[in-house]
Amino acid sequence: MPSMVSDEARSWIGRSQPPIHMEVTRRDIQKYAVATEQRQQKFLNGDEAPPMFLFGLLRPIVPLEGLGPDGIARDGFLPDFPLKRIMAGGTEMTYHRPLRPGDKLIATKTLADIQEKQGGTGPLIFVSYDLTVETEDGEVVVEERSTRIIR
Amino acid sequence: MSARFDAITVGDALPERAFTASNVSLFLYNAAIWNAHRIHYDAPYTTDVEKHPAVVIDGPLQGDWMSQCVLDWIGEDGALVKFQYANRRASYLGETLKTVGRVTAKDDAAKTVTMELGVQNEAGDVIAPGSAVVRFGG
Repeated sequence: MPSMVSDEARSWIGRSQPPIHMEVTRRDIQKYAVATEQRQQKFLNGDEAPPMFLFGLLRPIVPLEGLGPDGIARDGFLPDFPLKRIMAGGTEMTYHRPLRPGDKLIATKTLADIQEKQGGTGPLIFVSYDLTVETEDGEVVVEERSTRIIR
Repeated sequence: MSARFDAITVGDALPERAFTASNVSLFLYNAAIWNAHRIHYDAPYTTDVEKHPAVVIDGPLQGDWMSQCVLDWIGEDGALVKFQYANRRASYLGETLKTVGRVTAKDDAAKTVTMELGVQNEAGDVIAPGSAVVRFGG
């Protein structure tokens, strides 16, 4: 069977996105804590961010015209594949310390790997990303490995 | 030293918690994470265009709920060091989801506890499996 991953697509492995700069605010933590029904006061007060708060912090803020009719921001960090339907796979996070208000962080995302597999309903492509979140002083705060499944 | 760590046994169940998202809570969640995907707030679009049976509960929100299962269990006695999850099946507004967890391993030297986690639908199917590692203070 011919590969669904072209040489051009394969050349994306090891490529990194421009670093994202983020600032953690108490108000953003509080909003997140209420919306996710947190029970601990440190989260509701915004003294410390719940672990999954990072997911929202990393989402891109694009102009309205950058959103499709479905409301999704077009994501440029994916090579072109013959398969088009994108699903979230798994996410694994390693936490070195919690995020707190005032943290100024830099996130760098690298396309780590592309794998082809044969699924029960047809071919699948697994694209995995490594994300490192560190302070401006270079202290690594969170590391993440995430996978997208294209079918 | 850590009576809390010593009292934990492989097989221990974490307290379960039920979550029932509402239109309001889903709106606030998607606003907080800055997600405009219409399947999370626009019911006619969700059913007519993307052919879901109802408004979709975000996968990462279920991941958060699973992490709370661990965080509320450890309180201030430990810290979450690893957390992993995957969304296997969609769930929809109106469903009540339940977070579950169970201790699967304990490392006395490292003072860590490993647990498997899950989000269950009302039928009892695990729609999002996960796992976590917690380190206890000594």
